[in-house]
Amino acid sequence: MNTTNSISNQKLKWRVFNDKLFSIVMMTLAFISAVPLLSILYQLVKKGYKQVRLSFFIEVAPDTMQAMMAKANHEIIPGGIANGIVGTLIIVGMASLIAIPLGLLTGVYLSESSKGKMANIVRFVVDMLQGVPSIVLGVIAYIWVVKPLTSGFSALAGSVALSIMMLPSIIRSTEETLKMIPPTLKEAALSLGVPYYKTILKVLLPTGMSGISTGIILGISRIAGETAPLMLTALGSSAINLDITQPSSAIPLLVWEFYNDPNLVNLIWGASLVLLLIIFLLNIVAKTISKKWKVQY
Amino acid sequence: MKSERLFQYFLKLGGVIILIVAIGIAATLIVGSIPTFKEFGLNFIFSSDWNPTEGRESYGALPFIIGTIATSILALALTFPFAFSIALFLGEYFKKGRMSSILKSMIDLLAGIPSVVYGLWGFYTIKPIVVELGLNAQGFGIFTSAFVLAIMIIPYASSISAEVINMVPSQLKEAAYSLGATRFEVVKNVIIPNAGSGIFAGFILAFGRAIGETMAVTMLIGNSNKIPSNLFDLGNTMASLIANQFGEAEGLKYTSLVAMGLLLFVITGILNLIGKMVMRKFTA
Repeated sequence: MNTTNSISNQKLKWRVFNDKLFSIVMMTLAFISAVPLLSILYQLVKKGYKQVRLSFFIEVAPDTMQAMMAKANHEIIPGGIANGIVGTLIIVGMASLIAIPLGLLTGVYLSESSKGKMANIVRFVVDMLQGVPSIVLGVIAYIWVVKPLTSGFSALAGSVALSIMMLPSIIRSTEETLKMIPPTLKEAALSLGVPYYKTILKVLLPTGMSGISTGIILGISRIAGETAPLMLTALGSSAINLDITQPSSAIPLLVWEFYNDPNLVNLIWGASLVLLLIIFLLNIVAKTISKKWKVQY
Repeated sequence: MKSERLFQYFLKLGGVIILIVAIGIAATLIVGSIPTFKEFGLNFIFSSDWNPTEGRESYGALPFIIGTIATSILALALTFPFAFSIALFLGEYFKKGRMSSILKSMIDLLAGIPSVVYGLWGFYTIKPIVVELGLNAQGFGIFTSAFVLAIMIIPYASSISAEVINMVPSQLKEAAYSLGATRFEVVKNVIIPNAGSGIFAGFILAFGRAIGETMAVTMLIGNSNKIPSNLFDLGNTMASLIANQFGEAEGLKYTSLVAMGLLLFVITGILNLIGKMVMRKFTA
């Protein structure tokens, strides 16, 4: 009796030990993932904060010669990323103009016809679009816009690539948000004789506003840092360019250009820092909206 | 009543446009790569010779297919212990509270960092370490890019897995606890068997991400057009090759790069479908 007791005791201890060990290993592994994040942030802030002055936002990127001269005289490299900021605003803005109306429309369609063959096919296609690599969308925009429409690299082509990229997340968030709204709300409106389209525009969409706008902002933050598709479409430009049929710069494109130019390479940090801050800000805004404007029925 | 109908058609228009866009993408890629498949046939996929020299032009995608798969699988293997731990942490151990919200925002931040910034970090932080460790003389290569990719896909792999783990019915877990199981035993015998397929789906989707990732890989893989001989060798991926060579490409080279895009599209499409299908079964 005594021996079996001690054996089961030992076994119990072993099981408890295993349990503890597993928890510790799991928590350690989970939080080790913070190390790269902190390392990236530290590197960007440490090397980049000096460059982020006012002139960094209002001057265009320097050319190699200017940077070389400044370096030879041990001065700070002049210039900034204004051409990238303006380019990003235009390209992302136009992409949103294309993607938001189409995304909302499709999202409403999917939530309104939850069954049906057509809706299921569309859902399937949206799932598939979500997985298409951004570089492939760059190739597509090149073939669709750069070659036939603008006969050369253009901001518009970049916007087309990015708009296809942000569509799935807008469609999905719209559909999911609208589906969560209780059907009684819609039925109440309809029973009062409100036309169907008004019910959707004045009842459903405003009620789902927070979820939908969160989806849109997250979609924007997802495309703001995209580089690869823009390399094949917007190409880059050393000046501020407001003409959407001409090549345009963007902040991620500038990071890539600086990286490839030994004289400008120091500017990667400031440019990346600004890009990261913009994206994080968008994420925070999206989170705040989804928290503060919780739908109330 | 008529306006009612009209509005319904209008809504449907959105779906129709999406279908047209998707079909357009597939058709464009297929049509664009016809000259390449006419010239090389299936050799485009199985040949390892990528030679743009005029007169002896030959385009084979094999080195890039192997490079892509090697980098992505290695990245997946490296990411697994971390992403799985995060998923368990958020889905089972700490569903709420300060610890979980810290970890959650950490993952959101990781997901928000642009690819090109990951590339810079890999170049200035990871590459020197790889050189220091003597894994590779220049520090570029499959391993370096897979390492950075592994960090980039942590958010994708972990968030879906966490959701799935969270959905395991609490009755099942409570039954196991009431029989005297420890938490580890519950994880091993209840959560993993129940959430396994969903976790698998999460990692498949992350795998698809890794395959299509471009910038960070371009900056770190060394861009060599040969089949890599080991995991520390230089290599190239399909996405990275398109990014590097599309700009000045013409003729057969151009169509071959489009064909490469088609391959990427098909591979990521299939992976995505498998992932979503498993997920659907899980949530249904």
